[in-house]
Amino acid sequence: MSSVGHAARDSVTLFRRNLKRAIRYPSVVITIVLMPVLFLLLFTYAFGGALGAGIGAPGSGSGSPGDGTYIDYVAPGIILMTVATGCVGSALSVCMDVTEGIVNRFRTLPISRASFLTGHVLGNLVQTILGTAAVTAVALAVGFRPNATPVEWLAALGLLSFLALALAWLSAGMGLAAKTVESASNLPMPITFLPFLGSAVVPTESMPSWLRRFAEHQPFTPLNETLRGLLTGTGIGHDGWVSLAWCTGIGLTGYLWARARFRRSTHP
Amino acid sequence: MPMTSTRPPATVTVRGLTKSYADRQVLRGIDLDIPAGSVLALLGPNGAGKTTTVQILSSLVAADSGTARLAGHDLTREPDAVRGLIGVTGQFAAVDNLLSAEENLMLMADLHHLPRHEGRRRTAGLLDRFDLAEAARRPAATYSGGMRRKLDLAMTLVGDPRVIFLDEPTTGLDPRSRRTMWEIIRSLVADDGVTVLLTTQYLEEADRLADRVAVLDGGRIVAEGTAEELKRLVPGGHIALRFTDAAALDLAAACFPDPRRDDGELTLQIPSDGTVPTLRAVLDLLDGAGVTPAALSQHSPDLDDVFLTLTGHRRQETHR
Repeated sequence: MSSVGHAARDSVTLFRRNLKRAIRYPSVVITIVLMPVLFLLLFTYAFGGALGAGIGAPGSGSGSPGDGTYIDYVAPGIILMTVATGCVGSALSVCMDVTEGIVNRFRTLPISRASFLTGHVLGNLVQTILGTAAVTAVALAVGFRPNATPVEWLAALGLLSFLALALAWLSAGMGLAAKTVESASNLPMPITFLPFLGSAVVPTESMPSWLRRFAEHQPFTPLNETLRGLLTGTGIGHDGWVSLAWCTGIGLTGYLWARARFRRSTHP
Repeated sequence: MPMTSTRPPATVTVRGLTKSYADRQVLRGIDLDIPAGSVLALLGPNGAGKTTTVQILSSLVAADSGTARLAGHDLTREPDAVRGLIGVTGQFAAVDNLLSAEENLMLMADLHHLPRHEGRRRTAGLLDRFDLAEAARRPAATYSGGMRRKLDLAMTLVGDPRVIFLDEPTTGLDPRSRRTMWEIIRSLVADDGVTVLLTTQYLEEADRLADRVAVLDGGRIVAEGTAEELKRLVPGGHIALRFTDAAALDLAAACFPDPRRDDGELTLQIPSDGTVPTLRAVLDLLDGAGVTPAALSQHSPDLDDVFLTLTGHRRQETHR
């Protein structure tokens, strides 16, 4: 049996199933899009003036309210937040299959062990990318003016997809660890809010020193700086490499953890 | 429309299966032999180890020790060969609620790597056979419990399994759905030549479906044989008489050498072989004593009695 071929085929079969489920039960995608859009509108129209003035928004000397510059600062952070929120879908869909018992049906089939999780992760990846595209479109509609070249756009897409993939694996592990669908939707919550404790909304320099120390060493700050750099031309420095390292680490940890959890109760 | 299989029927041989969870020993050495194309019912109360046995044999859980061979394939050494032979329908219907019956069946066909046209052919055949054709395009979430269980079993059959494990296949079903399920299970054996291991806590179900019954209690097989053989293990049947007052009960009790009496219920149980002459003799004796029972019932031994005798305790659920 060509096991790699079968594994790929089974993964694609289950991936297609998960997409079909996502279309029938779109509330996950809607949540993925809705929350960041709300934050985007809030930060642009309600707090944007004060925050923009406070941080001296990039691209303008004064950052005066209403000149559309604070949105250029915050939009990459909101886009990043969409990716962070999107991974909840992976925990949810994995946990639903486990609690509804259909996972045992897949386990008793002569299919590759990895395809169940791979199918969920790929399904989640597509949903997150679509959700992120939707949020980016809203950001552009309300005044986000990136100056990225097509190559920079592609690089941004690549970075966000890599992050989405890494988080989807981590979240899949959480979905296996969760006992109920409710806790599966709560476990990845901290990931959703991590961008706020980084440089998404305000630069880390403006934070009290204890929070600043955390903010500067958590993965979303270099990711945010990289994305902002790619889209709006601010300096990236070595944040790009740090981001890729974080994504690799998160993805690898998530993958190994999810795989081990999935195998634990299965026949060797 | 049975799917005639090209694969030969399979035997199941299990030796010395044990399994513990933490400090709780669930299985204490299970031996089973299921001849090809027959039905073995694993009968036992909740917690006896039925589901664990099915989980081990269907490759979901590893046993601590013991061996199992299905159609000659060793479960531990060739799990994928075993998975290619088996079908499992658990206690809770494992269907995708957001997909329709047709999509659920096609999903199984794809996972069994069947060519598209063959998948469609089997799906159509199974929808027809299980009377699901009308609802084939509705999401499974809208189905009744009986329909979901049928879809679940149909999904199990897509891969043309030679051995099917049915874990409490009718638990929670209404009587009509239960009967439909029984007919389907019988047809699996008769038409498809499938070997079936079914677990149940309903003695009636074991009696009706199984060629052989193994009684599982506390992780051990405490008896094994045909339903008739098991029934012979227990004391015979009896005639139950109920009276309106204690005086009548006393009078009647004096007529028989060794009656079992219950003063609270005002009943008397007289051993009987279930034949008409015995019944007539009992009634003649009562007539002679001048008492008329308020109610009379004939009780022949069933698997309930077997169970009670063998395990020393009642089942958790009352007999329906």
